[in-house]
Order: sequence, then C-alpha cells, then structure tokens
Amino acid sequence: MSTITPTADSLAGHGDHAHGHHDIGFIRKYVFSTDHKIIGIQFLFTTLLMLMFGGFLALGVRWQLAFPWETMPIFGQFFAAQGGQVSPEFYTMLFTMHATVMIFLVIIPVLAGAFGNFLIPLMIGADDMAFPVLNMLSYWFMWPAIMCFGASFFLNEGFGPNAGPAAGWTSYPLLSALVEAAPGSGTAQFWWLMGVTLVGVSSMMGSVNYMTTIINMRAPGMTLFRMPLTIWAMFITAILQAFALPVLTAAGFMLMADRLLGTCFFIPAGIVVNNAAPTVGGGQPLLWQHLFWFYSHPAVYIMLLPAMGMVSDMLACMSRKPIFGYKPMVYSLAAIAGLGFIVWGHHMFTSGMNPALGMTFMVSTIMIALPSAVKVFNWIGTMWGGRLVFNTVMLNSVGFVSMFIVGGLSGIFMAAVPVDIYIHDTYFIVAHFHYVLFGATLFGVFAGITFWFPKMFGRMMNEPIGQLHFLLTFIGFNGTFFPMHLLGIAGMPRRYADPYLHPYLEHLLPMNQFMTISAILMGFAQFLLLGNLAYSIFFGPKCGRNPWEANGLEWVAPSPPGHGNFETVPVCYRGPYEYSAPGRDEDFWLQTEPPGPRPETPGQAAAASS
Amino acid sequence: MKRFWVLFFMFWPLLALYVCWVAPAYDWWFPGAAASPLGQRIDDLFYLILIITTVVFIGTQAALGYVLWTGAQRSDEGSEERAWFSHGSHNLEVIWTIVPAGVLLFIALYQMDVWAEYRIKTSFPEEVRNDPIAEVTARQFEWRIRYPGVDAEGNPLPLMPDPQPTDLYTVNDLHVPSGRPVMINLRTDDVQHSFFLPELRVKQDAVPGLVIPVWFEATKSGEYALLCAELCGWGHYKMKARLVAESETSWQTWLQELKAEQEFDGVVETSEEE
Ligand code: HEM
Ligand SMILES: [Cu+2]
Ligand SMILES: [Cu+2]
Repeated sequence: MSTITPTADSLAGHGDHAHGHHDIGFIRKYVFSTDHKIIGIQFLFTTLLMLMFGGFLALGVRWQLAFPWETMPIFGQFFAAQGGQVSPEFYTMLFTMHATVMIFLVIIPVLAGAFGNFLIPLMIGADDMAFPVLNMLSYWFMWPAIMCFGASFFLNEGFGPNAGPAAGWTSYPLLSALVEAAPGSGTAQFWWLMGVTLVGVSSMMGSVNYMTTIINMRAPGMTLFRMPLTIWAMFITAILQAFALPVLTAAGFMLMADRLLGTCFFIPAGIVVNNAAPTVGGGQPLLWQHLFWFYSHPAVYIMLLPAMGMVSDMLACMSRKPIFGYKPMVYSLAAIAGLGFIVWGHHMFTSGMNPALGMTFMVSTIMIALPSAVKVFNWIGTMWGGRLVFNTVMLNSVGFVSMFIVGGLSGIFMAAVPVDIYIHDTYFIVAHFHYVLFGATLFGVFAGITFWFPKMFGRMMNEPIGQLHFLLTFIGFNGTFFPMHLLGIAGMPRRYADPYLHPYLEHLLPMNQFMTISAILMGFAQFLLLGNLAYSIFFGPKCGRNPWEANGLEWVAPSPPGHGNFETVPVCYRGPYEYSAPGRDEDFWLQTEPPGPRPETPGQAAAASS
Repeated sequence: MKRFWVLFFMFWPLLALYVCWVAPAYDWWFPGAAASPLGQRIDDLFYLILIITTVVFIGTQAALGYVLWTGAQRSDEGSEERAWFSHGSHNLEVIWTIVPAGVLLFIALYQMDVWAEYRIKTSFPEEVRNDPIAEVTARQFEWRIRYPGVDAEGNPLPLMPDPQPTDLYTVNDLHVPSGRPVMINLRTDDVQHSFFLPELRVKQDAVPGLVIPVWFEATKSGEYALLCAELCGWGHYKMKARLVAESETSWQTWLQELKAEQEFDGVVETSEEE
C-alpha cells in the first residue's frame, strides 16, 4: 500500500545537501526554502498579512453602508482627492478587491498552502513533499500574483488610484471585457486577470505536489483508511483543484484575448458602451459564467474541505474520543467534491440560461446539502460522550460546527430556485457565504493555528488571550453577518454603494450601522490573534513533542521538527483516532505505538512522555 | 468557565431565533406581502423551507448543547469517567442519511412547478405567452422602455422586435395593467444588468445579446420599486425606476397621453427622466 520514503538527502538533492551537514545559510533556510514546514509557515504569515489587508477593505465597504458619503476618519486622508469620501467607483473597487484578496490570497492559500504544506508530510510520516522545489515555487508564485493585484490598484491609466478593478470578484463580462465599460475595466482589470492566473499557477503546483505526496510517500502502515481526515480532505481538495482550475485559467486567457486581441469569446455583436464603437461580436457572456463557476463552485469547497478535515481531527482530540463514523466522513467528503462539479449552475438561476437546466442544477444542489448534513451529525456524534477539553482549539472548532449549520441551512433557501429568484444577488447571499467561509473556514483556521502552533514553533500560544479572541470574534462575527440574512429578505441588493436611495430600503440604515460597529469590533479583535502569535513565537511556554496528547504521526516528531521531520521512519499501526481505548492507562494511543503488551522502544517512550 | 462556554454556544442560537421572530415587527422582513400570485407561491415556499430549516437548526444546536454540557461534566475535577470509546453507529449513519435525503428530495420536487411556471415558456399563462407588452432595455444606468403604442382607433399594437415609428418610449417608468399577467421582453444595450421587482419577487438578468421574456402579474394597482440586481458598473445602485400597475382603463389612458405627448413635440425621447 504505502512505500517507504526515500531518505531526506536523496529526495532533496538539489544542492541543499551538497555540502553534507554544512549550514545552508539563512536565505536558503528561511527565504527560498524547500522545506515544507518553512513554506507552510511562509504561507501562513503571508495569508495573515493579506487577511488584515482584506479586512481593511471590508471595513471601507462597511463604512459606506453605515455612514454613506461621510468622510472616513483616519483613512480618509489616503484618498483626500475625493474629500475622504467613498465614491461609488471606489466602493465597487473596495468590494471587488476585498473578495479577491480574501478568496485568492487568504482562504485558498491558508488552507492548502499553509496547513496543507505544513501538515501533509508530517501527518503521513514523510520527510518532505514529493517535489520540494516545486513546492517552493508555489509559494514564490504568490508574490507576483500579489504584485499584480497590487498593481491593479494603481496602474489604471487616466483614472487614478481610486478606481481599481471593479467588476466584482466574479468579473462578469461585458463589464470586465470591454475596456470602456467602467473606470476599473481598463488596465486595472488586466492586472486583476494576471493576478488570478498567477495564483492559479501557484495553486496548481501545490495540488500536484499534494496528490503525489499523499499517494506515494506515506509511512509504512499508513494505509488510506488510517489517514487522518485532514489528509483525506487535503487529498480530495487537491484533486478538485487539479480538475477545476484549468477551466478558470483557460477562461482567464480567453477574457484576456477578448480584451487584447478582439477575439470576442464573450462579447456579442453590436454592443455600445460609453459611445465606443459597436462590438464585432459572435460571443456569449453566459459562457464566462459557466466557465467561471465551473471552477468557482468547486473552489468554495476548496475553501472549506481542508478546514472540515482539520476540525474533525481537532474535535476528536479535544473530546478524547474517536471520530464518529470515520468512513462516512471520508465518503461524504468525496461526495461533496463529486457533486461539487455538477452544481455550478446554481449561481446562474436568474442568468437566462435554459430554465430546464436550472432544474437539474437545483436537484444536484439540494442533494449536496446531504453529505454536508452527514458531516455535521458526525461532528456532534464525535463530541457525544466525550470528555471535552474547553480550550481555544475546541472553542473555535465548536464555533465552526455551529456556524456551518447556519451556512448549510441558508444554502437550502438559495438552492430552491423559486426562492433564489428573489434572494439572488441580495445580502442573503452575502450572509450565506460569510457563514461558510468566515464562520466555518476561518474559525477552523483559528483552531488549526492554535492546535499546530506548538508543532510549528515548539511553544504554546497563550490560552486566555486565545479564548478572548474567540469570544470577541464570535460575537463580532454574528453581529456583523447574522443581520445580513434579514437585509437579504428585505430585498437589499448586494454591491450597492447607496442602498438608501431606494425608499423601501431606507429604514435599514440603523441595522447597517449596528453591523458596521460589530465589524469594527471584530477587526480590532484580530490584533489579539496577531499579538498572541508574535508573543508566543518568542515567549510562549516551551512544549514537548505532544502537548495535546494527540495520536497523529506529527506528534511523534520533535517540536519543531528538524529537517527531514522524523528521527527514524515512523511506522503506523492504527488509525489516528484511538482515544480513550479501554484497557489502557492513557487516553491516547499514538499511531506509531506498536500493539500488544507494551514493550516500548526508547524512542516511543520519549515521544509519548515528553 | 466550561459552563460559561456551553451557555455561550446555546445563547446565540436562541438570540438568532428571537431576532428572526421579532424581525417582521421591525420591518426587517419582506418588503410587504408579495404583490403577485407567483410571488405569493415563492413566499409560501420560503416559509416551508424556513419551518424545515428552523426545526433542523433547533435540533442540531440543541444536540450540540447537550453533548457540550455532558462532555463538560465528564471532564470536571474529580470525575473519573472516560470518554465513550465508540467509532460510530452504522444504524445512526443510515438513519441520518436517509431521513434528510427524503426531506431534501421532497423540497426539490415540491418546488419544480413554481419554477416551471415562472421561467419555462410553455407554462407561461396562455394570454401573455406571445404577446409582450413592452420591451425593457437596461443600460448604464437607466431603464429604457419601449411600448408598441396604439393605432389611430386607440387599439394597442403588437410589439415588434425592432423599433417602429409608432412606438412609445419612457425612461425609468414602466406602466402595466394590474390584475392580469403581462410579459415584457428584457434586453440590455451594454453590460449585464438584472431586472428586479422586489415587491413582486421577480428577478431576471438582462444579458447582452439575448432577449429574455419575463412575465409577472401585479395583483393590486400601485407603484412598485424597480431596480438593478446585477453589478453593472459604478452607478449600479442608482438604476432606480418604478413600476406603475394600474387598472386596464387608466393604463390605456396613460398610453394615449404618452402618445399625444410624444407626437406633440415630435421627439422620440419623453421627458420623465429625473
Ligand atoms: C449545504 C450546502 C450548500 C448549498 C445548498 C449552497 C447553495 C448555494 C447557492 C444556491 C448559491 C447561489 C446563490 C445565488 O447567488 O443566488 C450559493 C452561493 C455561494 N455559496 Fe453556497 N451552498 C452550500 C454550501 C456552501 C459552502 C460550504 C460554501 C463555502 C465554503 C459556499 C460558498 C458559497 C459562495 C462563496 C457563494 C456566493 C458566490 C458569489 O455569488 O459571490 N456554499 N450557495
Ligand atoms: Cu456554488
Ligand atoms: Cu446594475
């Protein structure tokens, strides 16, 4: 089933080790590193940085919705030309770039890039990824992407810096295809497309690596059904990525060709925008929507499945209990991924595509709620009868489950096509995806950071600060996003710079102000996380190999693991969830502990007790 | 502290339920009862799903609360009880797969009629199927409406695909007769937009290159909001227009007046712009 991993030196024979045990120097070790752990940590810090930045953009959006056309305090001076106000052009740019940053530079790379990189080799007992150099490149391709997105803010000839790309993260043509369509549709949109293409390259490199590594480099005894759910989720995500992403990349190139070469894949004939010459045509804007969502629906699962896997592992550990229904958990992950490929049309119910097609998309979409429900039941089952530890990890994981329930249930409203006619493109949609992407994924990420931080840095994070961070974030989150359901039901469209222009929405202003204040609170709470991270890296209490008394292979390695991860090739004897097995003194049972009457090898004893 | 967290996790679903419960009283709810028969069926479906999801929401959150509370007890100081060593239950898995599957399948099948009636042309009401009352063209950032106009005797003419000399035009002002289904042809001149009548629960994207028929029926005479629901550029939020539903006779009178007005100054554009 599994192969014995080659030794570290034969794998990473790219010059790093040419000098035997010489120090490889700071740059090669921490900057252009091929070590999966360093790359994972690089991804983590980069995405946290981007999270802060994306958060600022969101606060700009919220400012305008709460205090429309009022001068923004403090930050207003950055766009003093407009009197510090959020102009409508600027507003469209803000939400476009907020979503772009959050999706392409935060959620996707933090799950696959940071946790995938750090955890895959450690949890399957490998010494590194299959292709370490490719891995390094996948990180370094993020930076050109970030540059392109950054450039799109400024390089917009004739329109100045406050009119970046403004076609939404979905970039529907013709807004995104015709240079004259909007201030942000010019050069800015071009750089946006370049950015998306480059993050795609980065993701693709990662996903090839993850698949190969998981298939080929598992430690002896690590059979497929002994893999932690995190690994299953990463594996399935990598497959999703590999099949869906090329479609987006192709669509991106087609759109670029439309813009630069006049190919008209997406542009019908005779369209006149802003008095430009009529288009030559022959294309169909709906084609973009199909291609875009063929990637982007699976992508929403790319933004969730790894967190689902991680939360499963953390819940089991903090409940001191085996996963409830391990195999159903694996199958439901696979079912979500499989169904995920045939539901993209649910983003297009009102788009004018064949309505009969809408009906089939409706059925498949409603069915995808089923594996999601099975997962929720199994998480609750996992905690059921457990001996729960209420620490930061657990709180964030429970937050994940609790919030995911809301996101999954609101999905059913939207999957019901007739109801979606009404709520499509209203704030109800915004509520739905924030509950799944922030409420679920991001809380999962916070839990994951706290859980694996000791393995990354050999020190624990501060527990009271962690709990306070969770408390404030959770309150702020629900204060910000729960009312969005109501705004949506009240018919408030998304992407409106000034909804109050419409009399039937006027009375929603106070509620929007409440939401903005919650969002600001939540924003401030993130400094607790950053402070906690910064402090704990240097001053947190040192921890041993296995501070949580967990079972996975990663807890056998030193904290932090050295180059090559394990001192000896770990051998895996059981699944990762044998917590509280009867007849044992400890309530955990390392995957590497040989079965039978317990003649422990010295290494094992050290691993278990330190 | 453990108990605090359990209560914390139980408090928020209660608060959420409470907020939803009082929301209609604060007007944080639908903009009025649906003003069209189809809209009413959409609302009914919404409430059906709301009931089902509320039951699931309460059930799952309560289960979560229960396992958290008992799990907290087990890890209390002095408690020797260990976690239940269980890898799951085949029967439970089967139950909680089959039951939701049944409910979901029901939801899926139950709604198909409403959708077919709204969008599939062969299920449109007979009287409007081939007889659009106006052509609505979206553009940055306004709605242009073209009526087929009336002949010399005052009888309505049919709408032609291309503009006719007899056509009548308005901007951001769509007038239709109330109490019967009407159909419009939806187009766009430039980028994508979306025709949204919140009070009637109607939404349809206007896609470059396509002419999409949309039917609706305003049950009562009155003025309704018409706005754009698909990002179309910086002025997306201000594509503000109105739908005026009025009795058949006053609608015809209005058309006559429009005709008179239009013929009076001989310009094709009318003057109801903001
Ligand atoms: C229970 C399963 C789910 C169902 C039935 C469901 C259904 C839907 C539907 C029908 C839409 C389109 C609504 C519209 O635009 O009119 C939608 C939008 C969306 N969903 Fe879900 N969803 C589910 C779970 C998820 C999950 C798990 C995620 C992410 C992790 C997610 C992320 C999104 C996002 C990001 C959008 C909006 C995209 C946009 O318009 O910008 N959904 N969902
Ligand atoms: Cu989707
Ligand atoms: Cu619009």
